[in-house]
Amino acid sequence: MGTEEIIWNGVAAFLVLCIYTFLYKDTPLYKFAEHLVVGVSAGYFAVILYYNGFVPKLITPLKQGQWVYIIPAILGMMMWTRFSKKWSWLSRFSLAFYIGSGTGFAIPLYMQNYVLRQFSSSMLPMGFSSWALFCNILIIIGVLSALVYFFFSKEHTGIFGGTAKIGIWTLMIGFGAGFGLTVMGRISLLAERVVFLREYLLELKYYLYLLFKYGLPL
Amino acid sequence: MNFYERMMNLDRRWIYLVIGLVVVITAIFPFDVPLYVTPEVRSIYDYIESLNPGDVLMIGVDYAPEVMAELHPMTYAISRQCFKKDVKLLLCCLHQNGPGMVEQVISQVSKEYNKINGVDYVYLGYKPYPGITILAMGQNFRIPFPEDYYGTPLDSLPMMRGLTNFDNVKAIINISGGSGTELWINFANGRYNAKLAIGVTGVMTSDYYPFLQSGQIFGLIGGMKGASEYEYLAEKDGYISRAKNQLSAYKTMPIQTTSHLVVILFIVLGNIGFFMSKKKKSRI
Amino acid sequence: MRRTLPFALVTGVGFFMLVQYFVPKEEFEIAYEWILDWTIVIGCFAMLLGLWSLTRVNISKVQRKTPGWGYSLIAIAGMVFMLLVGFIPGQKSLERGSTFMLLFEYIYIPIQATMFSLLAFYIASAAYRAFRARTVLATILLLSAIIIMLRLVPLGPLSEINQWLANFILTVPNMAAKRAFWIGVGLGVTATSLKILLGIERTYMGRD
Repeated sequence: MGTEEIIWNGVAAFLVLCIYTFLYKDTPLYKFAEHLVVGVSAGYFAVILYYNGFVPKLITPLKQGQWVYIIPAILGMMMWTRFSKKWSWLSRFSLAFYIGSGTGFAIPLYMQNYVLRQFSSSMLPMGFSSWALFCNILIIIGVLSALVYFFFSKEHTGIFGGTAKIGIWTLMIGFGAGFGLTVMGRISLLAERVVFLREYLLELKYYLYLLFKYGLPL
Repeated sequence: MNFYERMMNLDRRWIYLVIGLVVVITAIFPFDVPLYVTPEVRSIYDYIESLNPGDVLMIGVDYAPEVMAELHPMTYAISRQCFKKDVKLLLCCLHQNGPGMVEQVISQVSKEYNKINGVDYVYLGYKPYPGITILAMGQNFRIPFPEDYYGTPLDSLPMMRGLTNFDNVKAIINISGGSGTELWINFANGRYNAKLAIGVTGVMTSDYYPFLQSGQIFGLIGGMKGASEYEYLAEKDGYISRAKNQLSAYKTMPIQTTSHLVVILFIVLGNIGFFMSKKKKSRI
Repeated sequence: MRRTLPFALVTGVGFFMLVQYFVPKEEFEIAYEWILDWTIVIGCFAMLLGLWSLTRVNISKVQRKTPGWGYSLIAIAGMVFMLLVGFIPGQKSLERGSTFMLLFEYIYIPIQATMFSLLAFYIASAAYRAFRARTVLATILLLSAIIIMLRLVPLGPLSEINQWLANFILTVPNMAAKRAFWIGVGLGVTATSLKILLGIERTYMGRD
């Protein structure tokens, strides 16, 4: 690493340690880093939105004479009236446009992909002659019983209740799997940060060794 | 207060200290961890292996720094494999804090392989409303992205000639840390039948097995473990190198191993303490 | 009028988007593309609402000198500085190596990544203090979780058995459970969307 990288990574390492002070208690160092990231992320997003959103989708088309883009621009600006008690009703038009388009295509797509396709993929060949066929039986029982469990309009008693019980067992195994993977996910985030600190300290050690040995910054 | 009750009332900072020490000690003294490559990770690797030079692969990178530990390694490994095979990359980012993450990956990896922006890869950039953007890309990439991330008109980029929509890319790999994955499955694959594989965080992995079984996705890289499996395959075939410190997921696996053992120990100890203190209370 | 016209717009645009899915005519495709295009432009303006709200809250804290107002000043300073370096004339701010991207890489990324890494400590603490096998169902959940977690631990001769068991859990009962969950999500989204299109669900419009 060169001098500039060592300094920038040093800043990053300092901020990492500021955040970790929270494990002891809510320290001023943690609050400083927390508020800094809030401001930096807001500024970052505003710049990205300008260069990737407004410039190509509004400013450039208007410069090229595509005046029809004034209409979505006006609808967009009407969104900003949400902060005014007197004029907030204008924002309903922009909201209506977005919600209308969103809900319209949601109906066929969610039905097709989340309901029909999932049901059709559950129509599996069953049998006891191979492990795969036996697993298919377990899958079908699992899906149907879990769906029965989620049906709360009927009391879970008798055969219905028994099926719902198999459903909740299936769901618990699924949630357990999710929890196990969540632990891995959370530990990953910590592991990466510790590896970053380790690698930075090793680079810093080497940099300082070269600096003291040869007396020149890299 | 008896021993078990004291055990139950332990200050949580002691627990933080234990897990912190385990992680730091393992980081200082790492070891090799054997990996079992799962079929869902191998299917993505093998698919990219089957691509020819000049084919275009789309990568939808929809994550922010908070989950980069798990997802950045996947993006790096897939990008390196594609560039080594001269497969062209089309990238986009639909997460508001993610555009810089993609820039970080593509600027570094393209330098390693002397790849040229506009010829070997195109980075489309960011747009809000990911669902709408995916639907628009399915019609024509130029609807949501008339210009790329750097402000260059798409039509002036040599790689974009003949690339209109999802029909012109071989497959889409969505690497996501949030709800973007559902949108890609629902809209890109559901509406436009785009060939789709996903890379997700550990938390999300278990949720997407139904889509793998139904064929709506052809592969699934789940969390850090999935990323390590992918790196293992890529290293075996020379796409990434341990000597160049390119195995960013695999080098955290020793920490995963020891931390998981400690968490399991905590669960067992916590339950022992709970049941023993309950037993003592019922005796009284 | 203030509520009727927006509802009419929701229903009109919504039904058009629903119908165009099934009608492969060029005029419908063109109108569909226009709607998608305009929605993205509206989205750019909508995203600024959050930024303005954040700025307003922090400025008001500084003006009223509420406890901790110094930190709000840091937030505002951070935002202003990013805006200044992001809009330097002539500099390609979005490219790696620019001051803007250096601040993103060495301030935003480390803080954000570290904040989420704190969750590892919390999950360890929760594992010790909260995860109790009080009932049979809780025990099943914990056993399933432990089998999945042990995938990452080399167990010698038991590793293969554990990998097989973990793979079975993920691809059979977990898959079945999550499938039921996604079917529920699909039905719920469809029902809610229909209610919105038919004007039964109106809470998103707010009150007069």
